[in-house]
Amino acid sequence: MSLANRYSAGEHRFGMVIDIDKCTGCGGCTVACMSENNVGVLYDETDKIRSITWMRVYQVDNGKPFPETQVAFFPRPCLHCEGSHGHHTPCVSVCPATATDYDPQTGIVSQIPTRCIGCRYCVGACPYHARYFNWFDTPWPAGLERPLNPAVAPRMRGVVEKCTFCYHRYQRAKNKAFLGGGKVEEMDYQTACTEACPSGAITFGDLKNPNHKVAQLAQSPECFRLLERLGTNNKVYYRTTREWVRRLADNYLKDEKPGQVAAS
Amino acid sequence: MDDSKFWPQGVTRCKPGAFIAWMVVCLGLLGWAGLSAFLCIFKGLNQTNMNDYFAFGVWIVVDLAIIALGAGAFFTGFMTYVLRRDELKNIINAAVIIGFICYSGAILMLGIDIGQPARGWFGFWHANVHSMLTEVMFCITTYLIVLIVEFIPLILENRQINKVPDLAFFAHHLHRIMIVFAATGTFLSFFHQGSLGGMFGVLYARPFAYRAGIVIWPWTFFLFILSAIASGPSFTTLIVMLTEKVSGRKLTTHKVKMLMGKISAYLLSFYLVLKIADTLYWANVTLPKMGVTFGDLYAGGPYGTYLVWLELGLFGVVPALLLLQRRVRESYGLMALAMVLNCCGAVMNRFVFTIQPLAIPVLPFEKFVGYLPSWQEWGISAGVIAYGLIVFSLAYRYLPVFPQEVELNKG
Amino acid sequence: MLPIVFEWHWDVGHFVFMGLFYLALGIIGGGLALAFKATMQDLCSGKDPHEHGHH
Repeated sequence: MSLANRYSAGEHRFGMVIDIDKCTGCGGCTVACMSENNVGVLYDETDKIRSITWMRVYQVDNGKPFPETQVAFFPRPCLHCEGSHGHHTPCVSVCPATATDYDPQTGIVSQIPTRCIGCRYCVGACPYHARYFNWFDTPWPAGLERPLNPAVAPRMRGVVEKCTFCYHRYQRAKNKAFLGGGKVEEMDYQTACTEACPSGAITFGDLKNPNHKVAQLAQSPECFRLLERLGTNNKVYYRTTREWVRRLADNYLKDEKPGQVAAS
Repeated sequence: MDDSKFWPQGVTRCKPGAFIAWMVVCLGLLGWAGLSAFLCIFKGLNQTNMNDYFAFGVWIVVDLAIIALGAGAFFTGFMTYVLRRDELKNIINAAVIIGFICYSGAILMLGIDIGQPARGWFGFWHANVHSMLTEVMFCITTYLIVLIVEFIPLILENRQINKVPDLAFFAHHLHRIMIVFAATGTFLSFFHQGSLGGMFGVLYARPFAYRAGIVIWPWTFFLFILSAIASGPSFTTLIVMLTEKVSGRKLTTHKVKMLMGKISAYLLSFYLVLKIADTLYWANVTLPKMGVTFGDLYAGGPYGTYLVWLELGLFGVVPALLLLQRRVRESYGLMALAMVLNCCGAVMNRFVFTIQPLAIPVLPFEKFVGYLPSWQEWGISAGVIAYGLIVFSLAYRYLPVFPQEVELNKG
Repeated sequence: MLPIVFEWHWDVGHFVFMGLFYLALGIIGGGLALAFKATMQDLCSGKDPHEHGHH
C-alpha cells in the first residue's frame, strides 16, 4: 500500500523516520525534548517507571556474548497512531473525557492536560509506553523557571502527558506562514528532537507530501514500524539493515519472518 | 442504653455493647482508609505503588470485583419485579443493600483512584461517547441512583420512621412502581457490566486483553455480564448465610437460597461454555495473528498458566458442577462452598483482566515490571469492605430486611 | 468551558448514547415525581398510611 493511502483523508500526516543504524544512543533527543516541552526533573529520577521521558531511548542487544554482541537503540516518541480498519487510535478512543484527540488535519494525537481526569486508561491502552502519568508535583526550584519554554504549559500532578510532535512549533510555523503569505515549508516545522540529533538519525516531515524527505525515506523496504501487526497504523518509521534489530520491533511466531506478515 | 424500639417489629438483635464493639472494629478499618485517602489526595498518587506500567492496580481489581458481585442486586431485582418470581421477595432487600454498598463503594474508590478527583465530572461534561469507560461512568452513577431509590423505601420502613405518615406514603408509592426502577436498573446494569468487560476487550494493542467481537462490542462485553449475573446471586446468598451464622438467626428459608443457587448454577454453566470457547478462539486465532502465542503470555513473571486452571477449573467448572446438583444445593455447607468458589472465580477473572494485560510487555524489548500494592492502597480497599460491613450491619439491625425472619424464628 | 468549543466532533454516537442516558434519567426522575405526587394526594385526602397493608 502506498504511503499516503495508509492514512485517512486530511491535508497532512506528520511523521518521522528514525534511522536506527545512525542512532548512537546519546540521549540528545531526550534532553532536547525535556527542555523544549518543560518536562521537569523529579526529586528521584532513578525511579524510571514513574519519571517522565516523552522521547525515551530504548537500548537493545542481540543477546549474544562478546565478541558477537551488538547494540542498537530505539528512540521512542509518541508514535501518533491513526489506527486502521475500524480501529481508532488506541488511546484516543478510550479516553472518557475527550482529553486526547486525533487531529484529522495533521494526524497528530493531542493531549489536553487541563481536561485530563487522570484515570490512566490511555496509559494502559498504549503498548509503546508513550504515555506518562504525573505521579508527583514537578519541583521547580528557584531559577529553574527561567529556562521554561513559554510556548508550552507545564503540567499539573495527576494528569497524563506525552509527546505532541512539538505542536506549538507547528502553530508558530503556521503563524509565520500566514504573516509571510506563504505555506508552511518542510524546515519551518521540525521537532526539537529532530533538530537535536547530532547524527541526523531523525527525519521529520509530512508523510503525505512526496517532496518531503520523510515521505521518500519511509517508502524504503528497510523501513518498518513498531508493533505494526497490531494495526496501530502509527506514523513513526524506523530503518535498519540488521535483521535482528528488525525482529525486535514486532512479535513473530517461530516460523515467521519480518516483512512477510501483514498487519492483523 | 436501649435501642430495641428501633429494631424491626418482632425480632431481637445483639446487645448494644456488642454492636458498638463491632462498629469500632469497622471504624478502625475506615480510619485506616481515611488516612490513606487523605495522603493520596494531599500528596498525590505517588502514595500508591502504581506506576506507568501498572496504570491500574488493586483498586481497579477491587472495583471491578465488587461491581460484579454487586450484580446480585440488578439480577435479583429483574427476576423479582420483572419476571415476577415472588419467592425472591424474601431476599431482594438484602440484594439491594449489597448492590448499593458495592456501587457506592466503587464510586468512592474511583474518586481516589483518578489523578484529579475534582475533575471527575468531566467524564459527563466532555463525554467521549466512544469510550467504554464513559459508558461505565454514566451507567454506574445512574444505576446508583436507581439503587438509592430502591433502598429508600426499606429505610422508610424502619419502625420509628414509618410512623411519619408522609414517609410511609412515599415508601408505599415507591414500592408500587418498583418495576419501573427495576427495569431501568436492569438496562443500565446490563450495559455497564458489559462495558467494564468491553473496556479491556477493546484494547487491541494489548494482546492479552483484546478480544474479537460483534459490531462495537468485544466478546468480553457479554462475558462480563454473564459472569457478573452468575456470581452476583451467589454473593448475595453468601452474605445472607454469613449474617445468619453471625446472628444465629434464620433469615430466609433454605428454598429461597436454593433458588438463588440454581440461578447461579445455570448462568455460570452458560458463562463457562462461552468463556472456554472464547479462550480457545483467542488462543488459537486472535493471538497468532498478532504474532504471539498463548504460552508467551504466561511465560513472564508470577502469572503462569496455573491462573487459567484456577479461574476456569477450580473457580469455574467445579462450582458449576456442584451447584447444578440438587443434592449440593440442599446442603447448607456444600452450597456455601460452591458459592464461595463461584465468587472467587469472578474476582479472579477481574484480576486477570486488570493486572495481567498491563504486566505483560507488548514490545519485544520491554521488560516485565512487578507491582505490589502499598499500605495506602490496601487501606482504601479495606475501607470499602469496612464501609460495606457498617452499612449492612446497620441495615440488618434497624430495618426489616428479611420478611421471613419473624416467622422462621418463632418459639 | 463548553465541551464543544474545541476537539469535539459530533456524530451519531452522541445522539444514541446521550439519548438513552437521558431517557433512563428521565424515567427515574418521572417515577420519583409520580411517587411524590401520589404521596401528596394521599396526605391531602387524610388516609391512614398503614391501611395499604404493605410489609
